[in-house]
Amino acid sequence: MLEIKNLHARIAEEGTEILRGIDLKVNAGEIHAIMGPNGSGKSTLSYILAGKEDYEVTEGEIIFHGQNLLDMEPDERAAAGVFLAFQYPIEIPGVATMEFLKTALNAQRKAKGLAQLSIPDFMKLVKEKAADLNVTMDMLKRPLNVGFSGGEKKRAEILQMSLLEPSLCVLDETDSGLDIDALRIVSEGVNKLRNPGRAMIVITHYQRLLDHIVPDVVHVLSKGRIVKTGGKELALELEKNGYADYIEAA
Amino acid sequence: MTAPTQISHTQAESDLLARFDEAKGALAGSTAVKDLRVAAAEQIKTRGLPHRRVEEYKYSDLRAFMKSAAPLAPKADAAAVRAVLAADEAFAGLTRYRLVIANGSFLAEASDVAALEAEGVVIRDFAAALDADTAAELLATPKSASQDGVLALNTAFVQGGIVLSVKDGVEVSRPVELVHVSTEAGAIVTRNRVEVGTGANLKLIETFAGSTGAGESNVVFDYQIGDKATLAVTRLVVGASEGARLLTTLAKVGGEALFKILGFMAGPAFARNQQFVAFAGENSDAKLYGVSMARGNGLADQTLIVDHAVPHCNSREFFKTVLDDEARGVYQGRINVAQHAQKTDGEMMTQALLLGEGAEMANKPELEIFADDVLCAHGATSGQIDEDLLFYLRARGIPEAEARTLLVMAFLSEAIEEFEEDYVTEALETRVRDWLAGA
Repeated sequence: MLEIKNLHARIAEEGTEILRGIDLKVNAGEIHAIMGPNGSGKSTLSYILAGKEDYEVTEGEIIFHGQNLLDMEPDERAAAGVFLAFQYPIEIPGVATMEFLKTALNAQRKAKGLAQLSIPDFMKLVKEKAADLNVTMDMLKRPLNVGFSGGEKKRAEILQMSLLEPSLCVLDETDSGLDIDALRIVSEGVNKLRNPGRAMIVITHYQRLLDHIVPDVVHVLSKGRIVKTGGKELALELEKNGYADYIEAA
Repeated sequence: MTAPTQISHTQAESDLLARFDEAKGALAGSTAVKDLRVAAAEQIKTRGLPHRRVEEYKYSDLRAFMKSAAPLAPKADAAAVRAVLAADEAFAGLTRYRLVIANGSFLAEASDVAALEAEGVVIRDFAAALDADTAAELLATPKSASQDGVLALNTAFVQGGIVLSVKDGVEVSRPVELVHVSTEAGAIVTRNRVEVGTGANLKLIETFAGSTGAGESNVVFDYQIGDKATLAVTRLVVGASEGARLLTTLAKVGGEALFKILGFMAGPAFARNQQFVAFAGENSDAKLYGVSMARGNGLADQTLIVDHAVPHCNSREFFKTVLDDEARGVYQGRINVAQHAQKTDGEMMTQALLLGEGAEMANKPELEIFADDVLCAHGATSGQIDEDLLFYLRARGIPEAEARTLLVMAFLSEAIEEFEEDYVTEALETRVRDWLAGA
């Protein structure tokens, strides 16, 4: 589904190189965890997948469902099936959450050549999905993410993910700022979305999230390169020994 | 005695003075009114049109903008008025009363006069009222506006308008739309007096339909708001207009009263909404909102003075401006607090969103406070669309243009929502979308 080949990238404005040759292949149905210390390039990788303009790809390519992802606009990538759950979901005053969800869903349906959802159908769909994630109607009536707690923001991200039904979910430190109960709710929401046609890249510092969302493959990212790849036991080993060995290796 | 300094007149000023000489015999009014008109024309003659060296017009140089002055619009043909009204659908879906001013004069036959009478609202023709106004009281000017050049122009040329009086205690059941219709090119100069009696309640919508061509629109609204009364005004100045759109509010707010106004401007080449609001009674609220949009070389100017002349009154000023291309926006807001006006609460905010690289916003909030126990705050911001917000929306599949529209809507909606007059919200948001789509 996704193949990243020798990806090099730097911050567009000042030229600092962040990614220094990433190779990663993700098949449908797989969950890949990417772990690594602060500053290793994890978030940069997720932003580049989603199409943020602050980064410049200097070498390499990203093939997604046979298409060159780097040639596509962020909204085209989303419609093609890429979803980034943000580490820090942004507050947008004045944009009602419901209105936003409807606009996003219908924009993606339009891009796929599907008819717009009617308001009753849309409402039914949202209510159903929101209930699973403990997202209240009160939250949906508020402006997008405004006044949401950390946990509410993350739940709202997963709600968007479940509504938009992407084929590739990139979860950028979805566990940050969550207490144990919120972590469980969010993880259950994510696990419900696991299916053979969908792949996930889960970015995290900690093993904790991976107790809930069990990965098939774990990668260690350090200084812009994947320095080690293993099974889920690799995460446990990292939890025990820290990243020090891998920082050396990079 | 010093002779007034003679200035050299621009083409527009010469046109205006010639226009006055031609029209003065036919213009309505008692002898006292006519004397005032002559004095106002004299003011134009000696000072010229307001220009950038007049502090209040520093950013909105009317003298430079007006290359010439078109004649006053001729009397309107009723069929032509109906055609313009039929094409105007801004509030088509709203159950409302309508009053029509066509080419500058009240057109009773196209207005819901009888229905309003039945509710306790008396409508008179401003021109007829001027004829009967032996003391020229209808043209009285508050001190804060006495030097204003646009108001002087209005006094000299005012063709007509309405006098609307809501009797004490009457809550008018529907919003009243006061629409200025132009059936052909020509300047329109009107003045409208709105009297809201003690404890009465009126919702007013002011709109413009048709085109004045190169002619200016100079419209004054004089609101007399009684004790315990409520007046909510939605003013729409929308659509491309070659001629200047000059709107003036004169408001006197009684005790325990509420005055709300939203000035919405989108499209004209030169639009100025200037407001002079004074509290005359205690424990009252005045809430002034603005939503301005301009592109091309357009100018959108929101200027206001709120006089807290008495204690215990609150005022809120909240203005939003969106500018594209080389457009210019102006906000000049002044809150005056008199020495004895203790416990005044004033809160002024102006925010601009600049979409175009060449767009320019002049924000000038001012507080002039002589009392020592008041709460007054002001703020001003100018910024661009937040790229992070834009990326977030696009990352969810919303194409860039649509995402920008959403963000601009969100920015402007804050003022529309705080205005809290739900019956106009949809129409206003539609107008914002139309403007963003290039209309």
